[in-house]
Parts: sequence; C-alpha cells; structure tokens
Amino acid sequence: MFRWIQQVFAVTVYSVRSVPQRFGSVAAAMFGVAGVVAVLVGVLSIAAGFRATMTAGSDEAAVIVVRSGATSELVSGLGRGDVNVVSETAGVLRDAEGELSSPELSLILNLPRRSTDNDSNVPMRGVEEEAFRVRDHLTIVQGRMFEWGRAEVIVGLGAADQFAGLDLGGTLEVAGQPWDVVGIFEADGGLEESEIWSDARLLQAVYRRGDSFQSVYAKLESPATFTSFRDELDGDPRVSVTVARRADFYAGQSTLVTGLVTGIGGLIAALMGLGAVFGALNTMYTSVSSRTREIATLRALGFGAGPVLLAVLAEAVLLAIVGGSAGAFVAWLAFDGYKAATMNLQSFSQVAFAFDVTPTLLVQGVMYATAIGFVGGFFPALRAARLPIATALRDV
Amino acid sequence: MSESNGDGILVSVQGARREFSRGNERIRVLDGVDLEVRSGEFLSLMGPSGSGKSTLLNLIGGLDRPNSGTVEVAGDRIDKLPDRKLAGWRARHVGFVFQFYNLLPVLNAARNVELPLLLTPLSKAQRKQQVETALSIVGLTDRARHYPKTLSGGEQQRVGIARAIATDPTLLLCDEPTGDLDRKAGDEILDLLDALCRDHGKTVIMVTHDPHASERADRVLHLLDGLLATEPAA
Repeated sequence: MFRWIQQVFAVTVYSVRSVPQRFGSVAAAMFGVAGVVAVLVGVLSIAAGFRATMTAGSDEAAVIVVRSGATSELVSGLGRGDVNVVSETAGVLRDAEGELSSPELSLILNLPRRSTDNDSNVPMRGVEEEAFRVRDHLTIVQGRMFEWGRAEVIVGLGAADQFAGLDLGGTLEVAGQPWDVVGIFEADGGLEESEIWSDARLLQAVYRRGDSFQSVYAKLESPATFTSFRDELDGDPRVSVTVARRADFYAGQSTLVTGLVTGIGGLIAALMGLGAVFGALNTMYTSVSSRTREIATLRALGFGAGPVLLAVLAEAVLLAIVGGSAGAFVAWLAFDGYKAATMNLQSFSQVAFAFDVTPTLLVQGVMYATAIGFVGGFFPALRAARLPIATALRDV
Repeated sequence: MSESNGDGILVSVQGARREFSRGNERIRVLDGVDLEVRSGEFLSLMGPSGSGKSTLLNLIGGLDRPNSGTVEVAGDRIDKLPDRKLAGWRARHVGFVFQFYNLLPVLNAARNVELPLLLTPLSKAQRKQQVETALSIVGLTDRARHYPKTLSGGEQQRVGIARAIATDPTLLLCDEPTGDLDRKAGDEILDLLDALCRDHGKTVIMVTHDPHASERADRVLHLLDGLLATEPAA
C-alpha cells in the first residue's frame, strides 16, 4: 500500500512539475474556476450578510411580542393594555428602574437612496425610555440622543450610509414636519442600524395612532424562562399575541430574501460551474494528450493504471483548489464588508447590511472548486489510465 | 522465482499470433512466432518497417498480449498475467530502452533514473545509491543533475539505459536504441549494451533495422511475413 501511495505521489509530482509546460491552458482553466468561486462566494455573502444583520445583537433571552398571527411588526397592533400585560408577565427581567419591556411603534418613511436617488421604504421606530435598557448594545457614535418630546431623531449607521437626508445635523420630513437628525448610533451591526429612532409618544401624536404600538421587546430573566413566559401569555385571556425569541423572529423574516439570493446565486454558480468543468476537461484532456508518451513510459516502467488515474485526478483537483482559493480570496477582498441595502420582502422595508464573506463560505467555495476539478479531471484521468501502452509509446 | 529454466532459456515464445484491426481489415503482424532466448544472450531482431519487430518485443516485455500462443519470461506466463500484476512484473524483471529515450523532461537525469526504483521497497538512501551506480555504469555521474534538454542524444540514451538497469532487471528490451543517434554515439550505446551483456550478465534483445548495430549481437533473427528466420529475405 505504501508503495502504491508512493507511485501516486511520484506521478503527481511529475504531473505538477510539468504544469509550466502547459501554462496557458492551465491558467485559463484555473481562471475559470476562480471566477466561478468568486461569483459563488460573492453572491452567497449577500445572503450571509443579510442573515447576520437580521440576527445580530440578539441574545437568547431577548423576545418580541406581536399581535397574534402577525409575521412582521408592520401588520401588528397592540394597545397600552396589551403592553402592560406583557410587561407584568412572569419571567420578564426587572431592575431598579422596572421591567425590561419596551413597547415600540413601527413606521415607514419614504427616502431616496444615496446611490440611485430612488425612493425606498426606510423603517422608523418609535420608542420609550425602556428601549435603551432592553437593547443595551446601542451606542451613539456621533451627535447625541434625541430629546423626549422634541421633533428629533437618531439614525442607525447603515441607514445614514445608504439613504439621503440622514446626515447628522440634517432634517427629514416626518408627517409633513421637519425633524432634526441629532445623532448616529450603532448596534453591533444589527437590524436597528437600518432604522430611524424617535420618541414613540410624539410619533403616536403626529400620526394619530392613539396609544397603540406594534410590538413589545422584552428581556427575560434567562433564556430558559422563554417557554413559561410564552405559555403564560398564550394562556392569558386578556391578550391575543404571538411570542418569539427575537433572533428566531428576524431569522424567519430573512428566509425569503436569503432563500431568493441563495437560489439565484446557486443557479448562477451551477451554470458557471458547468462551464468551468468543460474548461477543466479541456485542459486535462490536453494535458494527458500532450504527455501520452510520457504516461505510457511510466506505465511501461511498471507504474500501475490506478496511480496514473489518481495522479491525473489529483493534478486536476489541485489546480482547481488553487484556482478556487484564488477566487475565494478575490471575493473576500472585493465583497467582504461591502455595504448595501435591500428590501426585506417580509417587512417591506429596507435593511442596510454588509456583505459577509464568512470562513464557511470560503470553505464552501473551495469545496465547489474541488468538485469542479474532480469532475473535470475524472474522464481525462480515465483516458490516461487506459492508454494502450505499446501504441502510446510511439506517440510523437 | 527462477531467472531461467533448466536449459538456461530466459524467454520462450511459442506460436505467438498478433493481429491488429485497421478499419474493417485485420492485419496479422505475427503469425505463429516461436522464439527462445538464453539467459545472458545478446539477440538482435531485424526486419523491414512494419514486419512486427517491435510487436514481438512488446509481447516479451508484457506491454502487449498475443491473440494466441504463449509468452514465458523468467518462468512466468506473462500472457496470462492480469494487467495489475503485469505492471509489477515489468517493474521487477524488464528494463526498456526506447528509440527516442522517453525521458521525462521535467526531471533531471538522476530523477529519471530513480523512477523505476520508486516501485521497489528500497529506502531513499538505497535508491540514491542505485542511481549513482547506474549512472556510473553508463558514464554519466557528472551529468546527474542535468535535465534531458541539456544533454546530447547519446547522453539521453545513456540516461535511458541507466534507468533501464537501475532495478537490476534480468532482461533488457531495446527498441531501435541507436535509431535516433549518429554513428559515433550509436557505437557508444552498442558498446554499453555489449558490456551490460558480457560483464553484467544481462540478457539483451534489441530491435533494429541497422545491420551495423546487429553485428554486435550473439545472434540475429529476421522477421518477415510474421515469422522468424535466421536469414534475411532474399
């Protein structure tokens, strides 16, 4: 067995060392594989970035309560009575200032994108003081906090980056009135960074919402209390609500977009991969053809058909891995952290996010390249192993 | 395994027939060839192009199989060996010398000579020793690090011979070993093959169409119309 492996290694080393003689065709095939992997990783990084944004900043003890059956905050509606029931339910974390339970109002503002000038739905969130205790990962990075009762807003980093009129010190129109942008905040890359925040009571007044909200965000005493908290609310006849862990709620909201992007990306990568397979096939057939006599010589010397097959296959896979790694690296350089915004098809509002080229995606890209190399190398390898030695030795 | 039978016969071919297809046509290249080669003999096979010299050599070297008949080398019926075993058999028993040397261009002389040794259980140090010995026999010790393209035709063929003898096989099969060389270089190669036969006890079967080369052999056989004869065709 050791000698068999030694044969494979020897023939592979010989094959790889002969690559410079076939540099043109090898480079073309590797470039093809690199392109496929770069596109695959690039497209999938959109989905990964979107998903990461939707679920960032949520711990397992963070929950959201909406009206029963509501799949997004926009289609939900809770009165003050509902909010109070939720806050008083056992399991909600309490500190010296009271329950960590935040009733929130969701609105949509129409603002132009900086990149295209086209109007987009930008989410606006009306909050009360508790919101900042429930979400302790929010930090004002420029300017200051808005003052309660004044027409002021703070804007998430992503929203400020993607939409016009959200610069610090600027004004935006809310319900026909100018509101001042007084601060920019970050939230660990979470969904809040796509939003505009202001005083819920003021927004309720200008939008004539009475004392209604769309959701309650709460922090539980521990992740383990989630089930009892949910069960208690489910069994409470005073309210009709849906309770979910915040991370699960937003992960559910991201499925349509991530599924769409992944599906389209996968289709593109599959079609490009097919082209790359033909490129690899062509390169490896040429490689085998140009070395017919040398391969036959190795066979005549006593090298087995199996090691020759594996060596040609190993060469194809190695070249594909090198090409794929280069493509993955280029994708990482080009796409990782690239900022964009897209419509969340389940909330009909824009989500600002950054492309996320994760280590998993890089590994997936290289594995895809490996598969391309394997398929592209298999048939030429079979041909090399089946060469009629006596005839091939006379090949000129 | 014995190197030869009790009569000192190393190679025995009996009734070997070999046909090839060309389109719908069947071409019979060997038509019942009988041949015995003694251990330590230097045999030359002559004949015009297409007469089947190389085909017979390929049968003896286990690179091809007869349609009928038997081929026995060093006590092994190689026409019956499966492909997987045949590759190992070639590695152990036969050294090939080719007309166009068939060296791997990306490996230097020493690495080329080492190739068949990779199929043996020898350690790296033992392989190195064997390579040095083989290169010294062919007089190319100082060219060990040279790549084929930097060597003359005669030197490349010497490397080819060093590769053929590196594993110390019993049988050397040479297909037109001087066919691509000028007279002087060709004579040096023939001297070398002669010495390997006389001094190192190798059995040499050489295919050639050059009467000058065949003069060096102990015995000359002619292939004509698929059969062997001791005299050339009139």
